[in-house]
Amino acid sequence: MFSMEIIGTWLAAGLTLFIFSFLYKDNPFYKFAEHLYVGISAGYWISLQYHNVFRPNLWDPLMRGDLTLLIPFALGVLLFTRFSNKFFWLSRWAMALIIGIFAGIAIIGYGTGDLILQVHANILPLWTGEWFESFNNFLLIFGVLTALIYFFFSKEHKGAIGTGAKIGIWFLMISFGASFGYTVMSRMSLLIGRIYFLLEEWLGIIS
Amino acid sequence: MKNKIVKTLEYLERLDRRIIFIFIAAAVTFPLLFPMNIDFSVTPPVQSFYDTIQSLPEGSKILLSCDYDPGSLPELWPMHVSAVRQLCQKNVRIICTQLWPAGSPLAEAAFDEVAVGEFNKEYGTDFVNLGFKEGREVVMVSMGKSIPSTFPSDYHGNKVESLPVMEGVENYEDLDLIVNISGGLPGTKEWILQVVTRFHIPLVSGCTAVVAPEFYPYLQSGQLKGLLGGMKGAAEYEKLVGKIGLGRRGMDSQSVSHIVVFLFILIGNIAYFATRKGKKK
Repeated sequence: MFSMEIIGTWLAAGLTLFIFSFLYKDNPFYKFAEHLYVGISAGYWISLQYHNVFRPNLWDPLMRGDLTLLIPFALGVLLFTRFSNKFFWLSRWAMALIIGIFAGIAIIGYGTGDLILQVHANILPLWTGEWFESFNNFLLIFGVLTALIYFFFSKEHKGAIGTGAKIGIWFLMISFGASFGYTVMSRMSLLIGRIYFLLEEWLGIIS
Repeated sequence: MKNKIVKTLEYLERLDRRIIFIFIAAAVTFPLLFPMNIDFSVTPPVQSFYDTIQSLPEGSKILLSCDYDPGSLPELWPMHVSAVRQLCQKNVRIICTQLWPAGSPLAEAAFDEVAVGEFNKEYGTDFVNLGFKEGREVVMVSMGKSIPSTFPSDYHGNKVESLPVMEGVENYEDLDLIVNISGGLPGTKEWILQVVTRFHIPLVSGCTAVVAPEFYPYLQSGQLKGLLGGMKGAAEYEKLVGKIGLGRRGMDSQSVSHIVVFLFILIGNIAYFATRKGKKK
């Protein structure tokens, strides 16, 4: 007998192959799988937002008599005025609140966590008593300074500043290369995951 | 002879990308069918991740935040399962949250497979899944005030305050470590900026390879205690924890496919530079 698990596996395998078929060329099978994915994702997201956000955070407490929640409820309704040509400006009040809160939280985090601590982490001794560690520290400081020179646009990149900027580009290129390498690894992992699923769960060739 | 070489190079330069796809598919598939068990060493960031958890005393309380979805499953699931396994081996209390909506079923599956399946741990006493909460950084900051107020009920609808695992846990001050499995935003970066810096709690992270380079500066500055980057990080971690999973199994395919990509880049560049002179003329 077909269990739900077997049907699910065949469905997942079929949809995986539909998506892979795009690698040959665009076709109706790929389009079907793509549209199905977008539709299900949107439906899942709406249902999740309703059950996980709207009901527990707003509707249920409101029904229990917590009338202070009428304020966020009203602000939420104002967001929908974007659909009206006449009253769209009202949505800016709610947007201003959202952006204000998130910007405030982000500024504190970036200011203390990124700016101050990262600058602090780059204040390193150039001679530690160990050749390799000292060379590493020098390389790090030199790389940071030259990369910063590259982004210094108030003076023309000529002479010493031009040389520093050119070296900075090299450091940036090496970091982009490392990021690209990691991206290739990440994409390969996704392919490995799908092929592993097809070979193990669907075909049962490997265990 | 020279003409033949030039023609071959020109053909390679215009090579149909579908041929490259076939090579990549073969490079991924064959090592899965016929494992080569290519050996690899454990890198310091992974060792540090393992050591940080290993140094926790028995009965410690940790927060496990599973901020990813099935899109990053091949990279993050192996490290997620291994992390739960090591935490169970250490007998620490696990409080699990998710800032990604599709992370909740994955957290449940990992607990079922490892905490319950392998270690007979009890839900509510040894571990709890508080579920997903919308609000990203706001949720992180709010948990600094009170975790039970931010998550009044768990994933199964139980009152969080009534669960034994939550006894003595009010906010980050009562926790010993945060373990973050991160698929993007919100994830490790937000935990570092909003929680580590502000509440001074140690953090270890397992993340996708795409974002891993972004986190190395935090590792160097000490804001991050350990890092698992992508499938390679997961494979190294599986080696340390002592149970092979998809991470280790995928490493042969990873190595062979990287060689194929490297060769195609090399051939493409040789073909480009060799035929460039002719094109200029």
